[in-house]
Amino acid sequence: MSVADAGPQVQGELHGVGVGRRGVVGPVAQVQPVPAVAADAPLLVDGVAVTGADAQEVVARAFEDVAAALADASSRATGTVRDVLAATAQMADDRALRSGVLTRIGAGEPVVAAIDGVVDMFAAMFVQAGGYLAERVTDLRSVRDRVVARAMGLPAPGVPELTVPSVVVALDLAPADTAALDLDKVLAIVTELGGPTGHTAIIAGQLGLPCLVRVAGVTGLDDGIVVAVDAATGTVTVEPSPDLVDALARRAEVERALEQDTAPGATADGKAVALLANIGTAADAERVATTAAEGVGLFRTEVLFLEASTEPTVEEQTAAYAAALRALPGRKVVVRTLDAGADKPLAFATQPDEENPALGVRGYRLVRTNADLVEHQLEALAAAQAATGEAPWVMAPMIATADEARDFAARARAHGIAKVGVMVEVPSAALRAHEVLREVDFVSLGTNDLAQYTMATDRLRGELADLLDPWQPAVLDLVAATAHAGLETGKPVGVCGESASDPVLALVLVGLGVTSLSMSPGALPAVRYALRRHTSAQCATLAVEALAAPSAAAARAAVVENLDPEVRTTLGV
Amino acid sequence: MSERTVAVASRVGLHARPAMIFTQAVAASGVPVTIARSGGEPVDAGSILFVMSLGVPSGEEVTLAADGPDADRVLDELVELLATDLDAETP
Repeated sequence: MSVADAGPQVQGELHGVGVGRRGVVGPVAQVQPVPAVAADAPLLVDGVAVTGADAQEVVARAFEDVAAALADASSRATGTVRDVLAATAQMADDRALRSGVLTRIGAGEPVVAAIDGVVDMFAAMFVQAGGYLAERVTDLRSVRDRVVARAMGLPAPGVPELTVPSVVVALDLAPADTAALDLDKVLAIVTELGGPTGHTAIIAGQLGLPCLVRVAGVTGLDDGIVVAVDAATGTVTVEPSPDLVDALARRAEVERALEQDTAPGATADGKAVALLANIGTAADAERVATTAAEGVGLFRTEVLFLEASTEPTVEEQTAAYAAALRALPGRKVVVRTLDAGADKPLAFATQPDEENPALGVRGYRLVRTNADLVEHQLEALAAAQAATGEAPWVMAPMIATADEARDFAARARAHGIAKVGVMVEVPSAALRAHEVLREVDFVSLGTNDLAQYTMATDRLRGELADLLDPWQPAVLDLVAATAHAGLETGKPVGVCGESASDPVLALVLVGLGVTSLSMSPGALPAVRYALRRHTSAQCATLAVEALAAPSAAAARAAVVENLDPEVRTTLGV
Repeated sequence: MSERTVAVASRVGLHARPAMIFTQAVAASGVPVTIARSGGEPVDAGSILFVMSLGVPSGEEVTLAADGPDADRVLDELVELLATDLDAETP
């Protein structure tokens, strides 16, 4: 992840937060936006403005058509997409929504204003209820957009059919939109809203697609106009110069060359550093199996649960975990137990009434309100281990104390899990990493959340991205404290946050004593290359430089200054 | 006017799938039914949007009300539905 450029806006250049390092050039394909219709626009039938009963008839039919189209799409979809579409279809079919709108139209209100009035009322009620329901506002708005478009005779909003490889641009992509994309024709995903650790960005990262989020003004670009998208710098350049196109092509060439090195990760002097991949599904595990990743450092199990309206059964979970383990025989697979809550609300696990969900019952804390969820997952993991003969490493997220680590370790070991660990993403766990490590076999630093909690900064607030920079000295101090405890206890300390995918920061992490790095698979070649060109003593020196710097920018500059010059040139840092 | 009060049995409360199943049953009955949380305003029980926005957690009581000749039969059926863990049933 790179940080938004705070400099002045250059003509033809838009800035946001990049996910990954790749750059591509291609034509823009705008996801059909919300129909731009004035609230008091007349409803035309055969060129004649209609009101009253005639308008009611058109709108009633629009609701029916939208509900039918969504139900139809749902019947053709599978898994979570099917459930999401079915729920959205039922919203479109809602009688209170429809009768509320028709009553307003009957009273003489313009069609769009009537629809907006009723939708806004329900949206406000959902937001008021908070948590899971607040997330459903996106679905409600998409029903509104489809009905307005249908009634006013406009093209249906959503993802367009792609005829050539394109840069897909949207205000924001709902998970269902992302799932509907024809990936063979997607070069990159750029959104105006969203966050670098949100759903779209994570999925894009796993698919190896460059992704930019929080790019102000990008939805104003014309369809078909050629843009250069650079995830490494977080920049979208409109009608890029031949020089820029060449530079991106050269970088792609370098990346391809770096991919040729598939030997295990190690420093120049041969100190092994396991280079692992982050995954969310068994299908991801199969993709990873074809890469040089030495295994999986973070299997985010909540992706299996996301959008599910009920807890998956132990059998369903066992099948999913076993499929992932089977895809990677003999390779390390670190499974993280359910990390629900905050920006990842689950229908059946998230408390609907939390004022401050990032500080609430999330991650392993669910054991306090819903211990069965944790027990079922551990049972399924143990069953997958028995079925495949592959022993996963299992870790719990959001651990704040050594007591919590001990509690989790006891539960996991009772189920027969051999390697038990916890995430270090709460500052208290980093400060007391020695005590935490006494209870478990390993820890893994989640630097995204560690930065969020250390800097008291919401991960989803793009305008605060500089505070979330993993180069922030306070964040590096906590990483250093954790790595130090690992060295003292002789236990592995991994990093599975976005910071591991920055080849420059990766050197610092290794210098601090981190023993494994897990990232989106696309980031592995550059990190492997950077490590190969520095000795462990050089990494330690770089770490000292970084810790001594007074700011995030100064820390990175100091390290870049002392990099091997060839690495600096090759990676363009 | 007939009324029934029942505690919501579904583990997730009256959200998501349980809310879908419940509102579909109300709509299928053809009888106008209202639902209210304790001390709250009654809303249309056949509307997924209204029912979801009540945000009824598991174990909390709701009051159903309906009028007409079929009211008692329909309410009894709906009470039975809410007293079941709709979440536990396979889709």
